[in-house]
Amino acid sequence: MTLWRSALLALTLVLGSASAHAARSDLVLGVVLEPPHLDPTAGAAAAIDEIVYANVFEGLTRIGANGEVLPALAESWDISDDGRVYTFKLHGKVLFHDGTTFDGEDVKFSLDRARDAKSVNAQKVLFEGIENVEIVDPLTVRITLKQPDGDFLYNMGWGDAVIVAPETAATNKERPVGTGPFKFGNWAKGSQITLLRNTAYWGSQPALEKATFRIIPDPAAATAALLAGDVQAFPVFPSYETVPQFQTDPRFKVVIGTTEGETVLGMNNAKPPFDALKVRQAIAHAIDRKALIDGTMFGFGTPIGSFFPPHHAAYTDLTAKSAYDPELAKKLLAEAGHPQGFKTTLKLPPPVYARRGGEIIAAQLAAIGIEAQIVPLEWAQWLDQVFKGKDYDLTIVSHTEPNDLNIFARDDYYFNYNNPAFKELIKTIAATSDQAQRAELYREAQTVLADDMPAAFLFQLPKTGIWDAGVEGLWENGPIQANDLTNVRWTD
Amino acid sequence: MANYAIRRLFISLMTLLAASAVIFALIEILPGDPARIMLGMNASEEAIRSLQEQMGLNQPLFMRYFSWLFGMLTGDFGRSYTYAVPVADLIRERVVVSLPLAVLSLVLSTAIAIPIGIFTASRRGRPADTAIMGATQLGIALPNFWLALLLVYVFAISLRLVPAGGFAGWETGTWTALKSLLLPAFALALPQAAILARITRSSLIETLAEDYIRTARAKGLSPAQVLYRHALRNAFIPVVTILGLQFAFLLAGTIIIENVFYLPGLGRLVFQSITQRDLIVVEGVVVLLVATVILINFLVDCSYALIDPRLAADR
Repeated sequence: MTLWRSALLALTLVLGSASAHAARSDLVLGVVLEPPHLDPTAGAAAAIDEIVYANVFEGLTRIGANGEVLPALAESWDISDDGRVYTFKLHGKVLFHDGTTFDGEDVKFSLDRARDAKSVNAQKVLFEGIENVEIVDPLTVRITLKQPDGDFLYNMGWGDAVIVAPETAATNKERPVGTGPFKFGNWAKGSQITLLRNTAYWGSQPALEKATFRIIPDPAAATAALLAGDVQAFPVFPSYETVPQFQTDPRFKVVIGTTEGETVLGMNNAKPPFDALKVRQAIAHAIDRKALIDGTMFGFGTPIGSFFPPHHAAYTDLTAKSAYDPELAKKLLAEAGHPQGFKTTLKLPPPVYARRGGEIIAAQLAAIGIEAQIVPLEWAQWLDQVFKGKDYDLTIVSHTEPNDLNIFARDDYYFNYNNPAFKELIKTIAATSDQAQRAELYREAQTVLADDMPAAFLFQLPKTGIWDAGVEGLWENGPIQANDLTNVRWTD
Repeated sequence: MANYAIRRLFISLMTLLAASAVIFALIEILPGDPARIMLGMNASEEAIRSLQEQMGLNQPLFMRYFSWLFGMLTGDFGRSYTYAVPVADLIRERVVVSLPLAVLSLVLSTAIAIPIGIFTASRRGRPADTAIMGATQLGIALPNFWLALLLVYVFAISLRLVPAGGFAGWETGTWTALKSLLLPAFALALPQAAILARITRSSLIETLAEDYIRTARAKGLSPAQVLYRHALRNAFIPVVTILGLQFAFLLAGTIIIENVFYLPGLGRLVFQSITQRDLIVVEGVVVLLVATVILINFLVDCSYALIDPRLAADR
């Protein structure tokens, strides 16, 4: 080898490694809502999980990009034959961000805290089935349930079930301390939250050194921030109308995925005339979902015929049961004793799917003689009047929690829907662990709802993600409301 | 003068006390329970009750008013329901954005408007005057949030001179921080400047028609001397009144502008707190804003006396 060639080779090597080092390791992400605080075990706001889930905090299990249950702080588990006792084997050598060691004590503390009488956990129902939590040895925890629960491992993957340390539980709202691949950096209130790489992380190191979540509530401002390069990723972009502009721009990647948000036209099943099945059917047949999705969501969103996410393995397409058919709707309405239609109200919370969708639905209902007066409400009013007070006729809302088919089996829920057979079915599903059997039962439950129509099922909310073409590893779908940054990197 | 100032100060304090009662009452009758909003649609009644207790929401209304009022006298504005930190800290963090923004836009609008007003008044009826007054008409008609979007499009997206929004923070250096306030300040200032320029012009034209101006001219003073020595001071009373009023408008305008530019200022804080029913923060910030407006009015009143000493003597 001549001197020249070896020099050239050396140069290439140096340049090559230099450009590898030059790959960016910081990312600014846009989010619409600022979290009220950063403790996912003490609030329902999805904005909390969007920042800390999988990044700062971890639970025994975690939910993956496609909604699957993955091991997290528990490396493996055994389930007793009767399905009531779960024995979790924990990862060793795990440190919290403050340097203290993670072990079974922390698991017991976190779960007992969440189900305590004084607990302010927003998803307390997830922990209700737990009878007790025992520490077998520092890295083994045994959890006994009151009855078998096929969802238990999934439930332990929620952001509300993350493991916190007793020393820092009280201050997590301001300075979250978890076990995740990123530790909390700084929170400039109203402006941005910064996470930094946790170099002491027990798993593989993330590619990003620094991730900044910038809070941008205004849709026009979100568009401008992306175009100006101030933010390089908007995992849930708020302005559907400007998505096409980004789709034609090679600087950006536009990824449309699905979420767990079933958008429904809720009906007060206890209040005449909505207590009559034929009236509910008439309303469902009066809605043109295609026109609704085009008009409200600029074409983004998947029509649904029951209360189940289309990306789920047990999903069955039942949209035909409430196909758009205004003639049939009028006929059903006449049979129910309202040949001239009737007057009613439609109470709408602030999101654009409800406000814009409400106007379109009111127009479609008017076509079969139902005159729906639109009442716009703030979230606080909506929660008070509709959700808690059940003082409403019709409303539109998206149910964004994962795995929430069981809300139709709840007593005293705002639909006022009461079907003992459905309740029994949900109980059976909860107690079944066999996956094939569960899928069969889920299909059955979807069909019951599509026939009974306790609400008119509209569409699944899309996840409109837009990011710089050089960024990869962000989630396409939103099986839970999170921005998992563990695999996010710059490619150039 | 001192007597006059003390009288104005007493009236201002009484106004503030009355305003605090009205603000508290109005905000407390808003429908919606803060605890329920924080815990969302899946929460159990038990968890909601625990949180209400933690937040002190189960105490009677008048008790809460008095503890809030006396707390504020000692600088304690209470603790935010959602952020769980002292409201005073939240306000302090935000004031360093909103106050510079308001002052900057006030300075900008004055710096633009007064020269334009003087220039057009002295060239009344000529083409330059007509053209500029036409432009100010446009300035008044433009809503500031729309102007903001235009400015963002030109200066942030196309030219990339300034960020499209957000606030860099003062710790990143004065110039970087100021740069993120420039577009919002202009968006707030231009419509205000248009109004102020018209007021300055018409007030000056009116003053220039007074008898004593004719006398001044008759005794041989140059047009510039007449304008700056005699007319301007007398023309300023309505201008100062409008400036004071505009400051209140600027504070209201920041709520919209801070949302368009996602600046972490007081306007954003109020807006966010209202939707989250963080009532104690809303009350604290609104009282502060009311206090600012009252203070500005007080200063305007005092400045009348400085511009025209007869006003203080009369009252």
